[in-house]
Amino acid sequence: MRILGLVIVILCGSILIYHTSDFPDWGHPASPASTHVSPYYIEKALDDTAVPNIVTAVLADYRGYDTMFETTVIFCAGIACFFLLRITRRMEPSVTLYRHLPTGITLRIEKGGKEPDDSNIFKRIDTQWVPYDLIINTTCRMVIPFIQLFALYVISHGHHSPGGGFQGGVILGASVILFAISTDLRTAISRMSERLGAFLSATGVFIYAGAGALCLVLGANFLDYSALAPVLNVNSVMARSHGILIVEIGVGLAVMAVMIWIYYNLSSAGRHDEGL
Amino acid sequence: MNEILTTIISKYNYWGFILLMMIGLYAMMVKKNLVKKIIGMNIFQTGIILFYVSIGVKKGATIPIISHGHGKEKHVIHAAEYINPLPHVLMLTAIVVSVATLGVALALAIKVYREYDTLEEDEINKKIRDQAK
Repeated sequence: MRILGLVIVILCGSILIYHTSDFPDWGHPASPASTHVSPYYIEKALDDTAVPNIVTAVLADYRGYDTMFETTVIFCAGIACFFLLRITRRMEPSVTLYRHLPTGITLRIEKGGKEPDDSNIFKRIDTQWVPYDLIINTTCRMVIPFIQLFALYVISHGHHSPGGGFQGGVILGASVILFAISTDLRTAISRMSERLGAFLSATGVFIYAGAGALCLVLGANFLDYSALAPVLNVNSVMARSHGILIVEIGVGLAVMAVMIWIYYNLSSAGRHDEGL
Repeated sequence: MNEILTTIISKYNYWGFILLMMIGLYAMMVKKNLVKKIIGMNIFQTGIILFYVSIGVKKGATIPIISHGHGKEKHVIHAAEYINPLPHVLMLTAIVVSVATLGVALALAIKVYREYDTLEEDEINKKIRDQAK
């Protein structure tokens, strides 16, 4: 099997490498990919949509239908992880560990034992080895607000600089995942619950599709944001710019929520009690 | 000699991506461990993403964000001054979708591990055959 695989891979690779001689040279300005539709995007995007970042303009306006279903794909991935992994019935763990905070002693409580209830003195910890995490906790607590601020900047400034809904959403999700890693999964879920994650991911897709449907109601094509001009009280070019922002916010919400949701399900294998 | 050198310089990026794709394909076909197969799939996706991004390159052009995009005065925009934005758009969404597929693949791997207590392909096959008997 190993030799057969190697033979197939070498055969495939050599056929592909042989045919690269038909490909355009690297960086050739007249390559087929850069000659047909892309000059139109580059020369007309600013006049059509008032968005200097052409990537954002193409992503959310010219190819908005494609991006809407990419967002739906991400939403479906979140749902698929949920249905594959989530264990909803409560499983009593055989052993729970508590740390006595003033002394640092770890209490091991077998099944059926009485659990301490003073949460200011006793803190539940994961059954895997948990080191003291003062430095990690403090660093993350200071860094996470700035990560989230930067994520909001990336989403809102996607018109003028590299960025947009996908990137900003991933950074926002990463900040919550960093919080879950630096403390533990239970604390993260108590701050940002699974229900909120599911709700926000659906809301993101709804904002995107809703913006498209609103254009339809106002008498234009689906996702033709220039129809929003009377609603937003701007001219039709700026309406397309604002429409892109609305859609990017929806994408950012959906991506953030799905990243967090997938992380919760994967790291605890669907039990949502102990994880990374 | 000079001709070979120009061929190498103008085509070596494609060879790199093909190498990455073939590494991924090999890992998906030959490796027995399911997590290694998933990593192979990710390497394959990375090869394709890099391939698309390198298609968009134009010599002497800058990133596809129009300078002097603000203000009232009009500047003439030449398509040759900016690299092709279309592959960047496609790959921007493909990266996030590849993360999502990675999540689903890992979820399936966890499900398999719960069922069979192993991620090795031949051991899973053996257990399935034993169950059928």
